Amino acid sequence: MAGASAKQVLFEPIFSNNPIALQILGICSALAVTTSMSVSIVMCLAVIAVTSFSNLAVSLVRTQIPGSIRIIVQMTIIASLVIVVDQILKAYAYEISKQLSVFVGLIITNCIVMGRAEGFAMNNPPFMSFLDGIGNGLGYSIILLFVAFFRELLGAGSLFGVTLLPTVNDGGWYVTNGLLLLPPSAFFIIGLGIWALRSWKPDQVEEPDYKMSRHTTKEAF
Amino acid sequence: MAKAKDTVSRTLMVALVLSIVFSVVVSTAAVMLRPAQIQNQNLDIKTNILAAAGMFEPGASAEQIEETFARFDVRLVDLDNGDFVEPSAVGVDDPMKYDMYKAASDPAMSTNIPSSEDKAGIKRRPNVAKVYTLTENDQLVRVVLPVHGYGLWSTLYGFVSLEGDLNTIEGLGFYAHAETPGLGGEVDNPRWKQQWVGKELYNEDPTEPQIRLVKGGVSADTKDKEHKIDSLSGATLTSRGVEQLVNYWMGDRGFAPFLKKLREGEV
Repeated sequence: MAGASAKQVLFEPIFSNNPIALQILGICSALAVTTSMSVSIVMCLAVIAVTSFSNLAVSLVRTQIPGSIRIIVQMTIIASLVIVVDQILKAYAYEISKQLSVFVGLIITNCIVMGRAEGFAMNNPPFMSFLDGIGNGLGYSIILLFVAFFRELLGAGSLFGVTLLPTVNDGGWYVTNGLLLLPPSAFFIIGLGIWALRSWKPDQVEEPDYKMSRHTTKEAF
Repeated sequence: MAKAKDTVSRTLMVALVLSIVFSVVVSTAAVMLRPAQIQNQNLDIKTNILAAAGMFEPGASAEQIEETFARFDVRLVDLDNGDFVEPSAVGVDDPMKYDMYKAASDPAMSTNIPSSEDKAGIKRRPNVAKVYTLTENDQLVRVVLPVHGYGLWSTLYGFVSLEGDLNTIEGLGFYAHAETPGLGGEVDNPRWKQQWVGKELYNEDPTEPQIRLVKGGVSADTKDKEHKIDSLSGATLTSRGVEQLVNYWMGDRGFAPFLKKLREGEV
């Protein structure tokens, strides 16, 4: 990645090197917080803030960090930032922070944050690392919003809490798809999304780990 | 550069400096934002109380909520005998500051519920509860009581609001739960909650609440329809939890002694 331009660093992670779709990181929170658009947006902003500032902080001190404790140093930086973000949300976006509940705290365990700190910020200058953080945060966000769009629209008949399809429970006609409100549905949507993305950009398709050989023995009928 | 930073003393130094810097950052954020957070939490509880009482206007500003809420009297009640107690008895100066759910985990301030009686699935019950009364022209018009109990996945926390006769339900609402969205989570559905309005808690015996959540709907010719509410479809266990927690809290182990005294004008 050495010598990559700022633009590349910022925009590559959105489609070409998406942390969720290509690197398959950070799936856990993508399942949990995507039942509604507004909650997802706040989660995205929180993740963008944490990845960018943790990348910046890690990059600033990268020459000082002893190799033996580098992971715990990154962890401390990330954990502190997450606590700060959580406190800010509780103070200024209380309703949403209640809905996000533990998932803000769990940004600490989001592999994207740690992955970018270790994989990029340790070897790159601060400004580039900061952009890389924003870029990966955006890549994460785009998938989250994609998932949340379908889950909220088809699961609750609304977007951003505004009813578009009046549901049967409220006297309308739309029978909600309950599966989409449950976490497993995000797996299906992410899976379909990855399929679509890899059909559009076939170079993202991985080499198969093994090849199936032909079935040769004839078994009992 | 590569080797110099890996010495033991250097490693300890980096760890120390880092810990100090980030503990300062975290504690500064926590201390500075604390007042705003507490204000949010209080406002949230007040909003939920008003919502249960049907006095919450969507989109009301913080000042409007405070103003409406100020009409309520916040009182503490000893659940065993139904008398009001002074805030000092539970070690606070303002009844608003008393947290009955924290008290429920303090052995000195709560009682163990024998499992045969534990309909709400809460294991311990605080000795003192916080109630909200609204009096207009010396006439009691509304009492909002906190309730909680176990549903399917989670403990539901909410409020039940009663009319001045202390029998008719004026509204109920849950402000915290983690039931399945779309199924048990429909306890938050305004249309479902609307059904509770006007239901009656008791028959003749004011210690035996009769609320039932029934399957198949409640129509005008349903027997005992004044006690019955259509249960949530696809959420049998959440419905059962709600039925039992309301009956527990309105029963003689909950608020019934207090409501009896209040009805008879003894407190």
